Amino acid sequence: MENTKILDAKGLACPMPIVRTKKAMDALQSGEILEVHVTDQGSLADIPAWANAGGHEIIEQSEVAGVLVFRIKKA
Amino acid sequence: MAVNKWTAAEVAQKVIDNEKLFILDVRNKDAFEDWKIEGKQFDYLNIPYFELLDGVEEILPQIPTDRELLVVCAKEGSSIMVAQMLDEVGRKAAYLEGGMKSWSTYLEPIKIGDLTGGGELYQFVRLGKGCLSYMIIADGEAVVIDAVRFADIFVDFAKAKNAKITHVFDTHLHADHISGGRQIAEATGAVYYLPAKDAEEVVFDFENLTDGLKVQIGAADIAVEALYSPGHTIGSTSFVIDNRYLLTGDILFIDSIGRPDLAGLAEDWVGDLRSTLYERYRELIDDLIVLPAHFMIVEELNADGSVAKRLGDLFAENHGLNINDEEEFRTTVTDNLPPQPNAYKQIRQVNMGKLKPSYDEQIEMEIGPNRCAVR
Repeated sequence: MENTKILDAKGLACPMPIVRTKKAMDALQSGEILEVHVTDQGSLADIPAWANAGGHEIIEQSEVAGVLVFRIKKA
Repeated sequence: MAVNKWTAAEVAQKVIDNEKLFILDVRNKDAFEDWKIEGKQFDYLNIPYFELLDGVEEILPQIPTDRELLVVCAKEGSSIMVAQMLDEVGRKAAYLEGGMKSWSTYLEPIKIGDLTGGGELYQFVRLGKGCLSYMIIADGEAVVIDAVRFADIFVDFAKAKNAKITHVFDTHLHADHISGGRQIAEATGAVYYLPAKDAEEVVFDFENLTDGLKVQIGAADIAVEALYSPGHTIGSTSFVIDNRYLLTGDILFIDSIGRPDLAGLAEDWVGDLRSTLYERYRELIDDLIVLPAHFMIVEELNADGSVAKRLGDLFAENHGLNINDEEEFRTTVTDNLPPQPNAYKQIRQVNMGKLKPSYDEQIEMEIGPNRCAVR
């Protein structure tokens, strides 16, 4: 697996998961991957919409025991 | 940093008073397009909060300065953040406490009128969802019809009026919202009635709501009479209250009529809908005031926030009551129907007692408009 940074945003409520995701993404280089773990169900719609608006690509999305995991490739 | 917090009740008052308001809705575009806070004089800007993380300066020119500004999101977190950002750049903004979640659950009780011998009729307007519930009170007794799921509100309201709830009715098995009828009956010892034709799969005990059933309330001699009026569902039943009011359930609304497809049988029930609207209702007196179980658009609200109109006026003005050609009527109510309400199949299961969702799951199921009508 190439450079992957993991962001644990579990337990955080909206808007913090996106605020943290954006901050972590800002520190990455284009093409690098951020893996975000969240429990806020609002993220299900918001993270893909945010990624889409910024041109980032969701390469994988899953849910295990209430934890949503997004793997996002930086534009 | 002082951003103001508005409750759903305060926003409801602005809707009813026809005040001007600018709403910055920071939810997703899809969520906003599907459902928002409606007011006759409200204007809107929808920018998702995650597009504002770098600052709000860019959108300031799009926000008018001559009226109050309310920031709204799904729960409230993002709206607080955005309201604070606006405050930091010198633009005064409030946020909606509890967000759209709280808006969806707010109920405004409005007195519709006095009944024979000192009785009263109240309409409970759920502005965020367009649901209307009713309570008839006389001589220390109360009847509740089409209660939404906040059972406590009805129980407490009756208590404050020193009335005991004796009968609880649902005009049909609802598909757009979760009924509070059974919970109210359990909490108060009242009898819960449902039309048996809608309730074949119901797993709890209830009394059958049949055509012609008549209940007297208190000593005041106020009659609550059931009138079988199928079409939205096969069991749909209306009520005539005190020979003055007609509670139509989801059969007839102010500016639209009921849709026949939410229990899956549009083709079969369109004939029933036709005969209810064009035959049964025509036999009633024109001076009855129609009180439906829903409204769809804020234009249907009267000046006091109530939703009510004379039956004779609806015969003259409601498009759905003026389609003379039967075939055209059939096409209107079966083709081009609006999308179905959110989670309507699950909601029916809940109202049958088959599903027992948590509080949060109930909120999720009820998100969005009711969509019970066809125009």
